[in-house]
Amino acid sequence: MSQDHLVVVGASLAGLRGAEAARKAGFAGRLTIVGAEPHRPYDRPPLSKQVLGGSVAPGATTLPILEPLDAEWRLGSAVTSLDRIGRTIDLEGGERIAYDRLLIATGARPRPWPDAAQNDLAGIHTLRGRDDAAALRSALAARPERVLVVGGGFIGCEVAAACRDLDLPVTLVETGPTVLAAILGVHLGSVVAALHEARGVDLRFGSEVEAFEDDGTGHVVRARFADGRTLETGCVVVALGAIRNTEWLAGSGLAFDEGGVDCDADGYVLDAEGRPDRAIAAAGDVARFPHPLYDGRFVALEHWGHAAAQGAHAARLLVGRGTGEAYAEVPAFWSSQGGLTIKSVGLTEGADGLVIAQGDPKTGRFLALYGRAGRCIAAVSFDSVRWLPAYAEMVASRAPFPPPGGAVDQGGLTMLTPGFPGEDDR
Amino acid sequence: MPVSNHDRIGTSPSPDPSRAAGGLQVSVDLNLCQAYAQCCYAAPEHFVLHGAEALHYDPAPSAAARQSIERARVACPVQAILVEDAGSGRS
Repeated sequence: MSQDHLVVVGASLAGLRGAEAARKAGFAGRLTIVGAEPHRPYDRPPLSKQVLGGSVAPGATTLPILEPLDAEWRLGSAVTSLDRIGRTIDLEGGERIAYDRLLIATGARPRPWPDAAQNDLAGIHTLRGRDDAAALRSALAARPERVLVVGGGFIGCEVAAACRDLDLPVTLVETGPTVLAAILGVHLGSVVAALHEARGVDLRFGSEVEAFEDDGTGHVVRARFADGRTLETGCVVVALGAIRNTEWLAGSGLAFDEGGVDCDADGYVLDAEGRPDRAIAAAGDVARFPHPLYDGRFVALEHWGHAAAQGAHAARLLVGRGTGEAYAEVPAFWSSQGGLTIKSVGLTEGADGLVIAQGDPKTGRFLALYGRAGRCIAAVSFDSVRWLPAYAEMVASRAPFPPPGGAVDQGGLTMLTPGFPGEDDR
Repeated sequence: MPVSNHDRIGTSPSPDPSRAAGGLQVSVDLNLCQAYAQCCYAAPEHFVLHGAEALHYDPAPSAAARQSIERARVACPVQAILVEDAGSGRS
């Protein structure tokens, strides 16, 4: 086993679970953890839920540390560059750290509003980190007359739900046909949209914000839509997805872009010629890797469980305690919004069929199974998580789709169209 | 699993100002959670179900909650509750 210097870049869930896994595997060398934020690794899922609601303080979500780390921390120091030949990284502020093994877990950040001047207006928020959550919580606690959420992905939906929990008027604008269309498809996205509509969210689909206007002092007061309409609002949440923190890899020779840094099936990063660098692995949101379950398609997953599992996998690899097997964890995530819990296993991308395998959307509790080319590729439960493990096994084993009728609680399965927006619409 | 964080701190002057001395840190793997709600019985002040299966929990209970948090952790049928207990010598 390697007992030299392991440097973890990213004081995140992936970085922390990686550091823990290295120690647990017996790594006794020097361990340094670098983080851009001044905080110890913290848990993000509560930020868009209980923290916005005010029941959990933004600073309370520090992650439990489950192994003695004996680590040197460099917090509040973003990494600025990587020299793979000299095996060093540079930090903001000028410090240079030499590594023998490097775990890249720099994660992602919210995609900003495209107009930089408007993005900087007071009252325009994004939500990713704990400081973001603290700022948005303060803004919501001041009871704005209306909150505008731009984007109908999971963060947008959870923020809108949190606003209604606080009895705040909220408008959610989405350019697509409904919420969560890119992830769940229009069919199930519409089920979620109906929940938010019933809870009083003003939903505007096929609608696009063109610009934000300020009051002359730099505070947003109004959104102007592409169709010329306007909406008065002093509190905007831009929820347009994430871009990976990879800029610091410029000049390193590694293969990367805003969608992540490329890795091989083991988890080692790849250079621009596709050769692995066996001193460096990546994990979590920033790692784009070929998933064996999906024919080696390169994916970069923004999932909590994935960050934890891949962080541990990559660290074990780096300290010479890898399993020798490709990382093949089945993707899984959850979201809770407006009292509804959605849990998912697998990846829905490319699905050509959908069946409601158990339950009934009319009752609010059901399990949907997605298929592609005759195989199960994903399962999604709505308030019915205990049905999920059985279907997770079908996804993991790429079982035939649709499943045989006798395997479910309904006589016949109706094949539905998931309704993913076409490539042209994306 | 013994845990104590005698970590050396680099540019950060203190581990985390928000971390209460002797307090606990809790995280729940909500992929694993099956909403059996045993934690809600074991530590009702710290674990609450919203709706059918959305678990809300206190991520930073005080040291005084140690016993009930431990009861909840052990009671979880899917072992989804992760606890760091700087004060007890175990997690």
